[in-house]
This record gives sequence, C-alpha cells and structure tokens, in this order.
Amino acid sequence: MLTLSVGLTQYMVLSAVLFGIGLFGVLSKKNAIAVLICIELMLNAVNINLVAFNKFVTPTLFIGQIFAIFVITVAAAEVGVGLAIIIAIYRNKLSVNLDDFDWLKW
Amino acid sequence: MQHAWLVPLLPALAFLVIIFLTRPWQKLSALVAIAGILGAFVFAALAAYGVFTHPIFTEGSLVYGARWFSMTGLHVNVGIMLDPTSAMMIFMVSMVASLIFIYATGYMKGDPGFSVFFAYVSLFAASMLLLVLSSNLLEMFVAWELVGLCSYLLIGFYTHKISAREAAKKAFVTCRIADFGLLLGMLSLQIVFGTLDLPQLAMRIAHFHQYTTTGVLTLIAVLVFLGPIGKSGQFPLHVWLPDAMEGPTPVSALIHAATMVVAGVYLVARMLFLFSKLPAAMELVAVTGAFTALFAASIAITQREIKRILAYSTVSQLGYMMLALGVGSLSASMFHLWTHAFFKALMFMGAGSVLTALHHKADVWEMGGLVKKMPITAWTFVVGGLAIAGIPPFAGFWSKDEILASTLNSHHYVLFAMGAFTAFLTAFYMWRLIFLAFFGEENPANHPVESPWNMTVPLIILAVLATVGGWVGTPWANVWSQWIFFGEVEHAAPNYGVMIGSVILALAGIYLAYLLYYADREKVRARELARRFNGIYTLLYNKYYIDEIYLWFNHAIVDGAARLFYLFDIYVVDGIIVNGLGALTRVSGEGLRITETGRLQNYALVFFLGVLVIAIVLAFSSPSAAGLLLGGVK
Repeated sequence: MLTLSVGLTQYMVLSAVLFGIGLFGVLSKKNAIAVLICIELMLNAVNINLVAFNKFVTPTLFIGQIFAIFVITVAAAEVGVGLAIIIAIYRNKLSVNLDDFDWLKW
Repeated sequence: MQHAWLVPLLPALAFLVIIFLTRPWQKLSALVAIAGILGAFVFAALAAYGVFTHPIFTEGSLVYGARWFSMTGLHVNVGIMLDPTSAMMIFMVSMVASLIFIYATGYMKGDPGFSVFFAYVSLFAASMLLLVLSSNLLEMFVAWELVGLCSYLLIGFYTHKISAREAAKKAFVTCRIADFGLLLGMLSLQIVFGTLDLPQLAMRIAHFHQYTTTGVLTLIAVLVFLGPIGKSGQFPLHVWLPDAMEGPTPVSALIHAATMVVAGVYLVARMLFLFSKLPAAMELVAVTGAFTALFAASIAITQREIKRILAYSTVSQLGYMMLALGVGSLSASMFHLWTHAFFKALMFMGAGSVLTALHHKADVWEMGGLVKKMPITAWTFVVGGLAIAGIPPFAGFWSKDEILASTLNSHHYVLFAMGAFTAFLTAFYMWRLIFLAFFGEENPANHPVESPWNMTVPLIILAVLATVGGWVGTPWANVWSQWIFFGEVEHAAPNYGVMIGSVILALAGIYLAYLLYYADREKVRARELARRFNGIYTLLYNKYYIDEIYLWFNHAIVDGAARLFYLFDIYVVDGIIVNGLGALTRVSGEGLRITETGRLQNYALVFFLGVLVIAIVLAFSSPSAAGLLLGGVK
C-alpha cells in the first residue's frame, strides 16, 4: 500500500477516512449546522469512493459517475430540507444546540 | 310383557301434565297423579302375571332394548329387563305407591304446594320404576340420579324450614359421595368388560378370568358397592336417612321406607353375578349389612321422635337385606324387601296419621293412649309392629326368618348372632314406640281425631298385606324362592330352631317393652335405667356422635385444605406469578427508559453501533457475507 503511485486502495482509504471523520462529527457536534456539514462530508466521501471504483474497476462504463451525480443531487435537496427544519426549530427555541433538543425524552 | 316400558312412562307423563297443565287445580293434579300410578300398577300387574305364567328364570330374562348411543368402543343400549325379580319389584313399587298417593291426598290437604307435590312424587315413581326395569347400568345410573333428585326435592319440600333444606342437601351430598364410587366402578366395568349391558356383563363375568384378576374385580365390586352404601343408608353413609324425615310423611313412607332406599339393595341384587364370584366382596356386603342392622337398632332404642325411630328402623332392616345378599341368598333379601315395604310404609303412614292429628308434635313421650281416639291408626300400627318384630303369621316373621336361616346355613355364626340380637332390639324399640304412643294414659294436651278415609283405607289395606304378604314364602311351601333366586333354587328344610328362637327373641323384646313402658305407669324403671347407664344412653341418643365426627372432619380437613389452597392462591399465584410479572415489567421498563434521551445524536450512535454489530456477526457466521463485507480481506 505504501507506494508512490495512486491506485484504488489509496482512494478507498481516503474515502474511508473522510467518512469516519464525518461520522464522528455527526455523532458529537453540538451545533446543528455543524452536523449538517458533517453529513455533507460523509456524502462526499461516498462520492469519491464511487468514482474511484468506476475509474479503476470498470473504466469503460460510467455507472459510478452517474451514481455520484445522483448522490450530489440528493445531498443538495437534503441540505435544503435540513436547513429549513433547523430554521423552524430556531424560530421556536432560539437555539441550534442539539443537546437542548430533548423534548422526546421520557 | 313387551309393553312393560309403559310402566315408568305413565307416572312420567303424569308429572309432565301436572307441571305444565294442571298446577292451579289441586284436586285435578292429584287425580292425574293417581291415575298415572294406578295405570302403572295395572301394567305392572299384567307384566308380573305374564312373567309368572311363562317360565322365565333369572338366567334367561326377557330383555327388550334399543340402541341409545354408540361410538367406537362404546355401545349403550337402553331397554327393559323383565325377570321375576324386576316383575316383583315393579308390582310392589306401583302398588305401594298407589296406596301412598291416595294417602297423600289426605295428608297434604291444605298445603299450598299440593300439586307440585304430586308432580314430584309422580316423577319419583317413574324414575324408580325405570331403575328397576333397567337393562343397562348407565340407564340404571340415570334413574338412580333421578330418584336422588326427587328425594332432594321432596325432603326439602317445606322450603320455609331451614332444617328441611339442610336435610335435603345432606341427603344429596351423602348420596353423591357414594355415587362417586358407583361411577368409578361402572367405568371400570366398561373398561374391563367392554359393556354395561346387564345380561352381557353377566355372561362375561361368568368367565372373568379372561378379562382381569380377582383382585382388580374385587376392587371394582367394592367401588360399585359404595353406591348402595349411600343410597341404602348403610354405615357409614347412613347419616342422611334420619334427617330425611323432615320431608312430608308420604315422602318418608314412599321413598325412605319402601322404594328409593331399596334401590341400593336392588343394585347389589342385580349385580349378584359380579359379587358372588368374589368372596371378599360378599363378606364386605354381609358384614356391612349386619353391622348397620345392629348399629341402627341400638340407636333406635333411645330416640324420642316417632319418625326418627322409624327411620333408624329402616336403616336397620336395610342392613338385614344387605346381610342376606352378602351370604348369597337373593330370595331371602328380596323377600324381606317385599315384606318390609308393606309394614314399614304402613307404620310410616300410621305415624303420619298421628302427626296430623297432633299437629305435628313428634315426641312419643308426649303422646299416649291414642288407641282410644284413633283406633284404626293404632291397630294397623300394631299389625305393623307385630310384623316387624317377627311374630308369626305376620309377614316379617317369614322373611326375617329366612335371612337368619341362610346366615346360619352359610356358617356366618357371628353375623347370625348380630342378626338375632338385632331382632330382639327391633321388637323392643318398636313396641316401646307402640306402648308409649298408643297405649297408656292420654296426654290431656292432645286432642286427636281419627284421620279421614283416604288416609285410613290405605292403612287397612297395608295391614292386610303385612299379614298375608309373607305367606308366599313360608318354608313349607316356598313359592317365593322358586321364582326369585340366584344360583339354584334353595330347598332348605325348615329350620325349626331358628324359627322358634326368633319368636322367643321377639316376644322377649315385646315383653321388656311392656314391662318398662306399659306396666310401669310412670315409667319409673325406664328413667332409672337411662340414668344408671347414662354414658351408653347419651352415646346412643346422640347417634354415636357420627354427625359431629363428620362435621369435625369437614371443618378440620376439608376447610384446612381449603385454607392451604387459599394461602397458596394469595401468596404464590397472586403474589409471585401475577404481581411478580407486573413488577418485572415495570422494573425493566424503568430500566430501559434511560435509553430514551430524546437527543438525536444518541439515537444516531445507536444506529451506528447496531450496524457494526450486524456486520461483525455476519462476517463471522456466513462466508458469503464475509466475502461481501470484507471485500477479499482475510
């Protein structure tokens, strides 16, 4: 793995690391916007993985790239919805601190 | 004869008609009932005539039946079995019942439940006749329970009296305990022999070694015998009979003297083909009978109420019948059943006549000199007393004599001694009653009047029967035992020793009663005796405290066990299981509640951990999944 040329393995590792950082952020960030950013990070990591597989495993086909474009689209839509929800909550509670949103507690 | 099934049918129809149609009209209901029973009597007489003119013996009785229900392994027929014994029984039952029905029109006059009474007794008559004619044990059991039901209804007829209601329950529950044994016995018979049909059972039991062992069969016979112990008031289940006197006197006369209580004796007689093969069972029957006879007679000598004396007398005489069966003499037992029906019904009806005249004052010590104002009642009662004491030529002498003779002939010397002593006691207590109630000085508080014709005419008829009824079975011309026998016809030579001995005993009993209760005007000697033997007197007067023992047993053991189960229910079932389950649910709920924090990120963490767990489990369990997950990494 520790070679100078960049192959599939390296891209996969990159993708995994980015995904892990994003996952950690989602689970631990206090600010709701930060959580959204980390979700974006995870989605982008997945995109890198898809495109890498496409380039190295089936270069003649373009399924992976099409899939990546779908993922970008979905991410955009999802961010719109997510921000709308956060703004609605802010208008009611004047806070975006996830630790305070515990009304569904027993 | 093939229409003998009409015999139980007519009173049953009378019952239905009275209950549904003629209840508001008292005289009409009585008429319907009497018509029903007289019709049954006519058919029974015809059937008996038919049986006695065609030579039919116990081995080859006439059976008419139809299939009732059948499943694989169980075929139950219902039908009638007509042989000399059952012909005799239906004749006797319907005749005595007819007389009692007529008597009851006088006794029950003015009672608001007049019609219902006749409905119940009609139902009873129908059930009893059905029982006697049954060809199948299951049919007999149905009739057995029906007579028990009628007994319950009739004992508790005076529903306003608590004592009557209690007595009815006592009768039913005691008989129920006995019927438990009977039912177990019947079931065992069905399992072992595959049939409950009496003729078929007789055939199969004749060579029972193919089916089962003597020991098992003895157990079955003992179980079956438990039924008669309850129904026929043998010790220790005799306790219901004296209390059953709470019912109206016609009920006591019909059910508890002449008919229902002999159902048990009849069952044993019918099943004699079973018992006779098992010496141990026969001994049990004989010993139970002799013991009951002596036991009840000893209690009767101290009792004060007129009907109670007669009730214990019935228990005692039933003991005689069982004793006769136990020593193997069907004819002696049935003969005593026949004569007993006459003189006991007579005496009960006489007692009823006295009670009506004295407005239901029952203590014989408060009566006296009734012969002056109630001559018919008194003298017919005297005939009954002579019959039961065993004075020739009255009926009781011949039948009791046969029983004692067959006991002696079968070498049961101890039982013979018990039977002989009981005969002495019987004469004594019965004549004690007669001297105290009918002779001596009149009690100025009483204003007796002789009863009307519908009560006295049956008394006279029964007195005649009690006189001549025994002449069919004299030892010199024993017509009876030529028809009703088991095994072979008994041609025993008349045993003059037994005959003379029993007459001497009877006369001794009567003389002792005379000395104590008639010659001694103030009855000083009687009271003196009671005082000197106070311990024994109290024991006998309190019926050997058997009722108290049963009550104690019930309280200590049954209630004790009930308390144990109650505690089990409260603590184990309610506490541990039900409440424990609830507590478990609640505690686990409170424990799991902590995971609901309401925070989104905690939930997301749980998702992630879950996926991780699934991936690891799959990777280690399934190779194809492992290939998929790990992507070729080993």
